[in-house]
Amino acid sequence: MAASRWTAGVIPYAEMGYYEPDYQPKATDILAAFRVTPQPGVPPEEAGAAVAGESSTATWTVVWTDRLTAYEHYQAKCYQVLPVPGRAGEYIAYVAYDIDLFEEGSIPNLTSSIIGNVFGFKALKALRLEDLRIPLHYTKTFQGPPHGIVTEREYLDKYGRPLLGATTKPKLGLSARNYGRVVYEALRGGLDFTKDDENINSQPFMRWRDRYLFVMEAVNRAAEQTGEIKGHYLNVTAATMEDMYERAEFAKELGSVIVMADLTVGYTALHSMSKWARANGMLLHLHRAGHSTYTRQKTHGVSFRVIAKWCRLLGVDHIHAGTVVGKLEGDPSITRGYYDTCRLAQVPADPARGLYFDQDWGSMPGVMPVASGGIHAGQMHQLLHYLGEDVVLQFGGGTIGHPMGVAAGATANRVAVEAMIKARNEGRDYLAQGEEILRAAARHCAPLQAALDTWGDISFEYEATDMPDVVATPVR
Amino acid sequence: MRVTQGTFSFLPDLTDEEITAQLQYAIDAGWAVAVEFTDDPHPRNNLWEMWGLPMFDIADAAAGLGEIRACRAAYPHRYVRVSAYDSSYGRQTTALSFIVHRPPDEPGFRLDRQEASDRRVRYTLSPYATREPHGQRYGEPRG
Repeated sequence: MAASRWTAGVIPYAEMGYYEPDYQPKATDILAAFRVTPQPGVPPEEAGAAVAGESSTATWTVVWTDRLTAYEHYQAKCYQVLPVPGRAGEYIAYVAYDIDLFEEGSIPNLTSSIIGNVFGFKALKALRLEDLRIPLHYTKTFQGPPHGIVTEREYLDKYGRPLLGATTKPKLGLSARNYGRVVYEALRGGLDFTKDDENINSQPFMRWRDRYLFVMEAVNRAAEQTGEIKGHYLNVTAATMEDMYERAEFAKELGSVIVMADLTVGYTALHSMSKWARANGMLLHLHRAGHSTYTRQKTHGVSFRVIAKWCRLLGVDHIHAGTVVGKLEGDPSITRGYYDTCRLAQVPADPARGLYFDQDWGSMPGVMPVASGGIHAGQMHQLLHYLGEDVVLQFGGGTIGHPMGVAAGATANRVAVEAMIKARNEGRDYLAQGEEILRAAARHCAPLQAALDTWGDISFEYEATDMPDVVATPVR
Repeated sequence: MRVTQGTFSFLPDLTDEEITAQLQYAIDAGWAVAVEFTDDPHPRNNLWEMWGLPMFDIADAAAGLGEIRACRAAYPHRYVRVSAYDSSYGRQTTALSFIVHRPPDEPGFRLDRQEASDRRVRYTLSPYATREPHGQRYGEPRG
């Protein structure tokens, strides 16, 4: 074996040491679960070994220069390959990476290593990174969210209920002055936050500087009307880091409590914004723009639970993580897995939630998940049940489309959430009695009654494309 | 205007019975209950005065309600709130906080604008009531 291992030419990855069924993962290893769909004729173990090889030290042929290194240390090891029950041709390949393979505190490096090369590999029909176990040793090389859930609540002085937001609509075309009007009405009506949409940057119809000025007038006027701290996620997404810093600095100068960036800016830019946000006491909201292109399909890409882990490590305070009941993709238990990943300190492996590994976050603060897209006041009991209390519920159309106006829409949402929290705390079965609780609250709140009349029976019931594999997949 | 800080400000004022139910929820969760009061409702004023120490070991909600009533009686012209504190590892923060008493009249807030160059504005929010010294706001009699 030793002789043939170093003979020039092409040998299977499994024989080069990238498949090691006896390997016992170390506590410091980074572990990955890949959903592998090999090409016909490629044995699953070889496919798993190829993934391990191509995402660590290997190339397609034997290289003698491996022998200048302690190569066994740097080789990733595929240590288990299991067929996926009920899905012919798919396997979960578990791969262990030594912590030495990764630069401390760098998501770009982690991603370049683990997903940098391997997804285009011809021997695989399809590949999906389902989950990563980040050891605490590596987690500790990141500072995580600039503030996190606890500090955000203390900063905003808002406790005991989900926070409420709305994305300004229409997404595109409003002038800065009109935009500020929508922000003011939504905030004074009862929302905590309003939001730029992902594609609001600095277009000809509304340049960023004008938007910031009108928005901050609206935010401050709403604070005056309510005695509450209000915020608007000013989107600093731009073509260059210099532009992003310029916009963020201006937001700071005007007294904003929060800025936002889109996932499309990339991990390096997000790292930079996170560092800036921590240094400047600014909450950082992340809009996961573009993620569905690689998170949604069952056999391809990177699961959102992995994206959520990367973003918690590199450090954002908010991240969009699904609504369950709204207009966008999201099976309830898979979504619950995302929320646990964002919020909990210890996340146990749970195949029913799509969680392949135990994840220990140590003392890293939690990220506030954001539920946005097609939700309304009439779903408040379901939203609280599925998403819990530490969440921002974003009602865009469900605020701005209210028949009595934007402020009334905001009031309907706020009364609905407070009534539901009150009922839950009183020990009522709020999920079963949700509609009754909302109707009772609407008796002293005409805007809530109008919201229930308008949207009460609106729901989005489509089958999710990414469901748990249901049968518990054993993990060593 | 109505200051809408706290978890339940958009609902009709909670009755003592409803307050008791919330206190019981907090006690059952293992949270300490604190009564606080202020005559400076600026949203950045997190240092409301403490009506005694937080009640870490109260057995039932009635005791908490008794402290709320005593605080209201002592300071009828001020805001009184109840906060429930979760000392568990990873939280160590307020879990629930709601207003249980308001001054008879809430005049609201003044927004001052300091206009700078290039259309920039610096905003300052201040409660109208804070133009008077502590203890003489919201019609509170001297002494």
